Amino acid sequence: MEEESDTRKINNSFLRDHNYATEADIISTVEFNSSGELLATGDKGGRVVVFQREQESKSQPQRRGEYNVYSTFQSHEPEFDYLKSLEIEEKINKIKWLPQQNAAYFLLSTNDKTVKLWKISERDKRPEGYNLKDEDGRIRDPSTITTLRVPVLQPMDLMVEATARRVFSNAHTYHINSISVNSDLQTFISTDDLRINLWNLEITDRSFNIVDIKPANMEELTEVITSAEFHPQECNTFAYSSSKGSIRLCDMRQNCKIHGTQNHFEEPEDPSTRSFFSEIISSISDVKFSHSGRYLMTRDYLTVKVWDLQMENKPLETYQVHDYLRGKLCSLYENDCIFDKFECVWNGSDSVIMTGSYNNFFRMFDRNTKRDVTLEASRENSKPRAILKPRKVCVGGKRRKDEISVDSLDFSKKILHTTWHPHENIIAVAATNNLYIFQDKVN
Amino acid sequence: MEVNIEARRILAVSISKLYASRTQRGGLRLHRSLLLSLVMRSARDIYHSSRESEVLSGAQSAPEEPMDTSSSPGEQTRLPEPQPEPQPVLNSTETAPGEPDNTEDGCDSEIIEDKENLSPAKQSRKRRGKASAAPDFLPSKRARLEPGEERYEVPLGSCRAGESLTTLSLNRVIPAF
Repeated sequence: MEEESDTRKINNSFLRDHNYATEADIISTVEFNSSGELLATGDKGGRVVVFQREQESKSQPQRRGEYNVYSTFQSHEPEFDYLKSLEIEEKINKIKWLPQQNAAYFLLSTNDKTVKLWKISERDKRPEGYNLKDEDGRIRDPSTITTLRVPVLQPMDLMVEATARRVFSNAHTYHINSISVNSDLQTFISTDDLRINLWNLEITDRSFNIVDIKPANMEELTEVITSAEFHPQECNTFAYSSSKGSIRLCDMRQNCKIHGTQNHFEEPEDPSTRSFFSEIISSISDVKFSHSGRYLMTRDYLTVKVWDLQMENKPLETYQVHDYLRGKLCSLYENDCIFDKFECVWNGSDSVIMTGSYNNFFRMFDRNTKRDVTLEASRENSKPRAILKPRKVCVGGKRRKDEISVDSLDFSKKILHTTWHPHENIIAVAATNNLYIFQDKVN
Repeated sequence: MEVNIEARRILAVSISKLYASRTQRGGLRLHRSLLLSLVMRSARDIYHSSRESEVLSGAQSAPEEPMDTSSSPGEQTRLPEPQPEPQPVLNSTETAPGEPDNTEDGCDSEIIEDKENLSPAKQSRKRRGKASAAPDFLPSKRARLEPGEERYEVPLGSCRAGESLTTLSLNRVIPAF
């Protein structure tokens, strides 16, 4: 017995120290639901893991609502497109929750080609006292049944089940990069590189194409759609970002397919910073409306920008995430890091914005005080319940004691996906295959 | 010229990425392919314009014909338009800079120059086939030729990625659906 546990300890420490993470465990999306009670993560292996915040108890006030695993299910499986001889990855690209309308929870999850609506429900009662089968499920011998009884619901251990309620498929030729639920709670959009489709949550065999930027001749392609999102309040409005660094705000009451009917947000390029890689670094990787609906935030490779919906010619605010990488674009191109798609997120009050970087760093910018902070999501550098220490990257010249030089940054450790609780200061940060949840300091 | 070398290197890296993306799980990613082709186009344009400026700085010939910079990702790369008059000064300017890979540079430009110096009548406007003597970092599989294209063997050692890349066509970068 002792040997067994020793072996297990050795194995665990070995695995932990050498970080043998399988690729399937790499987290590809994180999302809080609209109440913040649930947190969903999707991974490269097509699985969804849902965490639930435990009820705050008076007896243990220091355990301020920690998140525990609530449900795990396989959302998507790898598929094969026989016509094109292509494998369709099972990686979950995005998860979006539907606001809660009854006891069950609903979320949309998508891979490259198919969106699915999942219902997550609890079962804590079970009918007992069937006539034709006994408690184990075995069919009873009919000759032994002499009386008739009505099954009664008895309490049981809580079971959380996830069932696929709708499958929205065969509507996308290109790879789906985002989904967004409308504020009308009846429709949603799914976006691929060239098209945006509008669906009704109840109807799976039909969708409407509302944006199509595919040129007649594919050789003339210059721009793709990188992300799209519905306005949080106006159910007729949505925005989509492009690889050219522009955002278009569309009104579904007009024909969105015709250029010129949309609001076009774009900042002219600064010619002094032109390089081979100007186009790549200006490609927008994420677009998010503020909770208020007055602002838009976009993330490109080096910056985060906040746009006022009333002002199209330039952003309201620009924040440098990791400008020290500007001189390293060539090496970042060679190691593929320049193609990384970082997400960005607002806090509940739209006063702070957050986005990830390399070396497991993530950055927060306070829009009011104009202060920013760099924090690290790493087990080695912070113990549970310890307060995170701000980090600093040394740009040049003398490196101070706690600073990290640009050359020692680990570019394989990138934080692409982050999410912020809708009301409280709780954030979830995905660092490769690990999920970190940080909360505000308890007084 | 450093920009020249940089441009060639970026072109080489881009081509290898493009080849690698063909075997990627999940199929060709349109966005990534587009970005790669944009980088390749800038690198190619800068490579050609830097070579043009080298030529211009040395020779007192007529201005270069405008480069075909309006090409889309799907278009073929084209060699510079053939010069109307020969430029005997070119050879010396090309081999003048004392850089480590000067011989390779000179060799490359010699091969290209010869094409430039051919009289328009002789100049073969036929597009060269995809380089079959591919640099070693590329997969050994040979690219399929378009009808009418020919393979040409490049002597080993004299040709580096840069030279073959100027003749490499950029078509089929974006899969046409």
